[in-house]
Amino acid sequence: MLPREVGYARPSTLAEALEVLAATDGARALAGGQTLVNVMKARVASPDALVDLNGLDELKGIELERDGGLEIGPMTTYTEIVESAEARARPVLGEVCAQIADVQVRNRGTVGGNICANDPTNHLPPLLVALGARMTITGSGGERTVDADEFFLGVYMTAVGPDELLTKIAVPPGRRDGFASVTIGRDGTCIVSAAVSLDGGPRVAIGCVDAVPHRATGVEAKLNGNTSIEAARAAAAGLGATLDPPDDIHATADYRRHVAEVVVARAVVQAGARGDRR
Amino acid sequence: MTAVETSRRISVEVNGVTYERDVEARRLLIHFIRDDVDLTGSHIGCDTGNCGACSVILDGKLVKSCMLLAVQADGASIRTVEGLAEGGELSPLQQAFHTHHALQCGFCTPGMLISATALLERSPQPTDEEIRKGLQGNICRCTGYWNIIKAVKAASGQEVVE
Repeated sequence: MLPREVGYARPSTLAEALEVLAATDGARALAGGQTLVNVMKARVASPDALVDLNGLDELKGIELERDGGLEIGPMTTYTEIVESAEARARPVLGEVCAQIADVQVRNRGTVGGNICANDPTNHLPPLLVALGARMTITGSGGERTVDADEFFLGVYMTAVGPDELLTKIAVPPGRRDGFASVTIGRDGTCIVSAAVSLDGGPRVAIGCVDAVPHRATGVEAKLNGNTSIEAARAAAAGLGATLDPPDDIHATADYRRHVAEVVVARAVVQAGARGDRR
Repeated sequence: MTAVETSRRISVEVNGVTYERDVEARRLLIHFIRDDVDLTGSHIGCDTGNCGACSVILDGKLVKSCMLLAVQADGASIRTVEGLAEGGELSPLQQAFHTHHALQCGFCTPGMLISATALLERSPQPTDEEIRKGLQGNICRCTGYWNIIKAVKAASGQEVVE
């Protein structure tokens, strides 16, 4: 399999990258390429030009803020999150990045690519919704900030416009987070995933059941600080009936409704077990 | 403005030798390595990013060379399976693969060797769990995983129970 002919540019500053994106018809940003290069090979995507973001040092790195929040550059790889001392301020981030695919993919794949691709089975969209992250999007007209709840618009679609780039992910301080999933093989594609954050929340987001991460507000309302498995199951009970998940070769819709309740309960217990000490 | 090009001249160091070639932007790194540089040790198993037979070490990081464009490797330094043996002597890992029968058909072996080399450089005494996690991006369709794990363990100087 070969991608069709494509243009390639490797800018070294954000301003240059935005300029090339705006000036080139059919241009797309290339982050880690662990999704995009594959779909180009299969010719599911056929951009006319690629703007490689790997030369943009300003989009890499993780900073720990004074209040305990994190600012993550979207071109930071999963491996860099796993190995980052700063990212341990919010331990769930490294734990989830360590569950994505395999060593090779984690070495190239980026946080920004994961959320901008917004494949419904990706790990980070529901996680960042549960954490209440805020995304900074930059275009030629300047910057704007979008809440994770508003960022994901549809399958493979986000609030980032064709001439714009995601330039920062701000994660508020907190610690009591959990993430659980049922996957196709270890660290494989999620069949259903759930992310829970009890700090500043509770916030519960389910992946793989809709085009965008599903905020389980009914479960959030029932969580009362008790994070025993019995209480977590009671809070999750009835969630499945409110979902309309896809039916595919990996699982039936009914199975996903059932598993959604199971993984939410597991994620709640995990979050509660973390305690609130730094 | 930064130029948008459909082909460009790149310079890539592979196993200590620098190669300069004109490549199309759409050319995958694995095709550059196999067809332009003529190092056919790295294999194409699945072409979809799943099997890991095309794994190489790019600037110290393990990657699958079917999921990178060759132009992205401009200026980089790459190690492939051909770079593991020194002066005709197998590396301790390659020798351990031989001793412990860690290959059957051999198709996945170059990727397994490169991934295990990267693992042992990160973690010289890996546990069984670390070896499994370190090789999870490499698929052996003969399913000969047990002996591969034994070989990696032996190469790290740890005792292997047969």
